[in-house]
Amino acid sequence: MNDLYNNAIGHWVIVIVAMSVLLFVVLTATAYTVWFERVALGRIQRRPGPNRVGPFGLMQLAADGIKLAFKESFVPEKTDKLLYVIAPTIAVAAAFMAWAVIPIGLWYNVQYWIADVNVGILIIFAVSALNVYAIVIGGYASNNKYSLLGGLRSAAQLISYEMSLGLSLVPTFMIVGSLRLRDIVEYTVHWGPYNGPLPLVILTPLGFIIYLISAVAETNRAPFDLPEAEQELIGGFLTEYSGLKFVMYYLAEYVNMITVSALAALLFFGGWYLWVVPPVFAFLLKVVLFLFLYIWIRGTFPRLRYDMLMRLGWKVLLPLSIANVIVTGIVLVAVQG
Amino acid sequence: MTNENKNPTSPPQPSPASGEGDKHSVAADVGALLTGLKTTLSEAFRPAVTTMYPEDKTPRSERYRGRHYLRRYDNGLERCIGCELCAAACPVGCILVIAAENTDENRVSPGERYAKTYEINMLRCIFCGYCEDACPVQAIVLGPEYELSDTSREKFIYTKEKLLEPLPPDVQARLTTKEKK
Repeated sequence: MNDLYNNAIGHWVIVIVAMSVLLFVVLTATAYTVWFERVALGRIQRRPGPNRVGPFGLMQLAADGIKLAFKESFVPEKTDKLLYVIAPTIAVAAAFMAWAVIPIGLWYNVQYWIADVNVGILIIFAVSALNVYAIVIGGYASNNKYSLLGGLRSAAQLISYEMSLGLSLVPTFMIVGSLRLRDIVEYTVHWGPYNGPLPLVILTPLGFIIYLISAVAETNRAPFDLPEAEQELIGGFLTEYSGLKFVMYYLAEYVNMITVSALAALLFFGGWYLWVVPPVFAFLLKVVLFLFLYIWIRGTFPRLRYDMLMRLGWKVLLPLSIANVIVTGIVLVAVQG
Repeated sequence: MTNENKNPTSPPQPSPASGEGDKHSVAADVGALLTGLKTTLSEAFRPAVTTMYPEDKTPRSERYRGRHYLRRYDNGLERCIGCELCAAACPVGCILVIAAENTDENRVSPGERYAKTYEINMLRCIFCGYCEDACPVQAIVLGPEYELSDTSREKFIYTKEKLLEPLPPDVQARLTTKEKK
């Protein structure tokens, strides 16, 4: 497969096939993530969750999707029509673009990726930052005070947490010496008798915790879902959206959730390496565990107040992540000389 | 907090701006978060409390006031004697009774008269059960059924045919054999 990449035509064929497969896989994964979340939240609240459509309610998302697709494509009056339509498109495009650089180990020595970029993680950050535009533009274009407030909150929140998110990963790059996701996954150590891949969480536990918290804020999920805040902002930037445009925002949220889970697995838990488990199952298992963690957190913690959110971002996570970078640098210099 | 308690005579200090004066220990805060996570996870493994509604139903009291039934005696005669006391007792006036005389050829109820028409407008009915209380012969009773939804307003006017209990099986059998003869 690696030979085909070097062939000009073979490369494009592979990329196009990979993109189509990816779209299908990620969309399916999103659908079942939503199902998984609803069932898990139901269990936490001692409900069974969706269980009517298909076996174990597995077809629930198909039913929901069809229902939303057939809804009237309603655009409220006095909105900025163009921006109103563009905003959810940005959200979906940004969410899917991140997957261009995420590699997946399919089998031993067989890996899948669309673009093996040497600054892969930077591209993911750049693209996920576009999500702010989707929310702010959507909030502005809706011409609704709640939407606008949701959009502004989102802008402030994402800017605050993006910094600690980025900085939390810097120690990882310093240890591995590369921004390429594949290099980070394949990071191996030669510690005496042990010679093999090492989950980086052992070396940067603090970075992992900061990443975990910032990633929840970055995907606008509870307890950091202030842009939506259905109780106080009646849905925030989503207030005026319905039908397929709502689906796009919804889809983007869950794709982002899978993206940050996959990134956590890749960056901190050795990606597709897990003892003797076949790579693709190991990767899947790790992603599902992270998804469950996010759902679990959503089912447990109440939403933060806005000043608490800002305080946590600026006064706790940011100094901690900067300190983490400095300490890691000092240790690295001390160890490597 | 501890400094304030040392000197009880000092006036209460204005609490410092949130965030500045928090003296919680980080370990205790994180421990609280973990306790929350533990609680929700342990709840997730306990059985669901949901009643699978259309298949299972929650038990109802014996005195539950659902839709009405018009009862019969064991010999198949209707209990209702067309006295209209139920209609008079009804606070929303949803019961319509038009009585007719019983004759020897056409004996419907043991009394002098019987209800020729008996209609209840279920859209109006408030299920108070006053009709049941007012009835001198226990002809109208409120049963346990509560799933009364339907597709048009007309269907909510329950006629006598709909309200009346079916004939007791032995009477039904006697009547059918009589018809065959």
